[in-house]
Amino acid sequence: MSGAVTVFRKELRGFFFSPIAYIVITTFLLLSGWFFFSTFFLYNQAELRNFFSQLPIIFAFIVPAVTMRLFSEELNTGSFELLSTLPVTDSSIVVGKFLASLLFIALMLLPTIAYAFSAALLGDLDWGPVCGGYFGSLLLAGAYAGIGLFASSLTKNQIIAFILGMALCFMLTIFDRMLFFVPESILSVVAYLGSTTHFQNISRGIVDTRDLLYFLSIIFLALYATSFVLKEKR
Amino acid sequence: MIEVQGLNKFYGGFQALKELDFTINKGEILGLLGPNGAGKTTTMRILTCFLQPSAGTIKVENYNILDHPLKIKNMIGYLPESAPLYGDMLVYDYLAYVAAMRGLDGGPRVERIARLVELCGLKEVVHKAIHELSKGYKQRVGLAHAMMGDPEILVLDEPTSGLDPNQIIEIRQLIKEIGKEKTVVFSTHILSEAEATCDRVVIINRGVIVADGATERLAREFGGGAVVDVTLQSADRVEVAAALGRVAGVERLEELLEVEDGLLKLAVFSKEDEDIRPALFRVIREAGWDLLDFHRRTETLENVFAQLTREN
Repeated sequence: MSGAVTVFRKELRGFFFSPIAYIVITTFLLLSGWFFFSTFFLYNQAELRNFFSQLPIIFAFIVPAVTMRLFSEELNTGSFELLSTLPVTDSSIVVGKFLASLLFIALMLLPTIAYAFSAALLGDLDWGPVCGGYFGSLLLAGAYAGIGLFASSLTKNQIIAFILGMALCFMLTIFDRMLFFVPESILSVVAYLGSTTHFQNISRGIVDTRDLLYFLSIIFLALYATSFVLKEKR
Repeated sequence: MIEVQGLNKFYGGFQALKELDFTINKGEILGLLGPNGAGKTTTMRILTCFLQPSAGTIKVENYNILDHPLKIKNMIGYLPESAPLYGDMLVYDYLAYVAAMRGLDGGPRVERIARLVELCGLKEVVHKAIHELSKGYKQRVGLAHAMMGDPEILVLDEPTSGLDPNQIIEIRQLIKEIGKEKTVVFSTHILSEAEATCDRVVIINRGVIVADGATERLAREFGGGAVVDVTLQSADRVEVAAALGRVAGVERLEELLEVEDGLLKLAVFSKEDEDIRPALFRVIREAGWDLLDFHRRTETLENVFAQLTREN
């Protein structure tokens, strides 16, 4: 497990050494800030619901950009050979990289707390849904980061990793809005697969075990698939 | 002690290794030789648990690589070909990262890094980003990476490729130094390097071991008969050919150079590994030719290598 911690530390530092991190953070803040404040005053309500409702679609684009290089770059330069011949298991590598990208996304979300304080200044903000929203955001980020890591482990090419990860995350995001295409017999199954409803449940401040289980199982499956891909590469 | 048993590796339909069997003794410097694509790197990658064998196994100190990869990774320090390090890290940060991976912490970590920086001559570049380094320095950082955990076994894949002659000599000395206490396995296609540094060589061609043994023994075994180079002055080539050809034990004569300025250079091949020099010299002395050069050529590893790995 100490291997996972070392990988985690190295990757987290790596994020801030590369310009991509700053570009991604800036893009995220611009997008989320604009989507939020462009309608904030129209609703005339001191709440962050609008911000959180946009988050899944923004995350579907941003999170794969965070994770795209984590394995692709190693596979491309060959440094994966050095990494995997150090005394560390594949699963420690995967977990370390996953936690690093999750913490990076959390740090990226941190400045948006300013939105909450702005809203609290302008009106009576209910902090319950805000806390739920951030908690849900972390779960959502975890699920998408897992999927992004999986995409990254499949290819040496960062751009392919990004597009693949984005397509998968986007699919999960829009499942809920595509339900009218789905035959009634499997409707409930497909409805459960979409991430948006689960996220919205939590971000309303209602933490249901079904929603928790959904995100945790996506994270687990994605990470398991990633270490499986790494194993198969040998 | 490393035991390689019936090792096979397929890449899709291509068989890179075919039933490899050999052992590496403790404290030995073993050279893995072979032309490009012979399977050297594949063998090393399996030994270091980077690749899985398709069949067969390797045992290190009686631990199977398939069952105890972590134990084996702890025992082995590995430098892959062309040292693919993280370019955007600083040399010191990188070494600290590897030290942490090797379970070194606090004081011992700082000490170990300082020791390796000195040993590998990294003092001037320790605060530079790795992508700014020249190939030679990168290779040295890779070597420091491999030696970080003070491993019992060092596996080095073409450690001297791309280095300048001075650096090559340095690295070779370093390998010899380390080899006094540790087991070193390294691959190369520079044969003089293998001859200069290795206790033993294993020559691989197309995934099959074609020779395995101490360098001198291989040279003797595969070199065939000995060759004597003779240079004569003011001698008639027909006469010389006739006289030397009659000497007992001589298989054939080969003229190395056309007669020029009255010089005649010959290579005399003996049938067996017997010394024909006394007999040859007697004939030359009796004929009264001026002898300028007379020596026995020992078969080099180079010739053995060429003979064993030639196409078909």
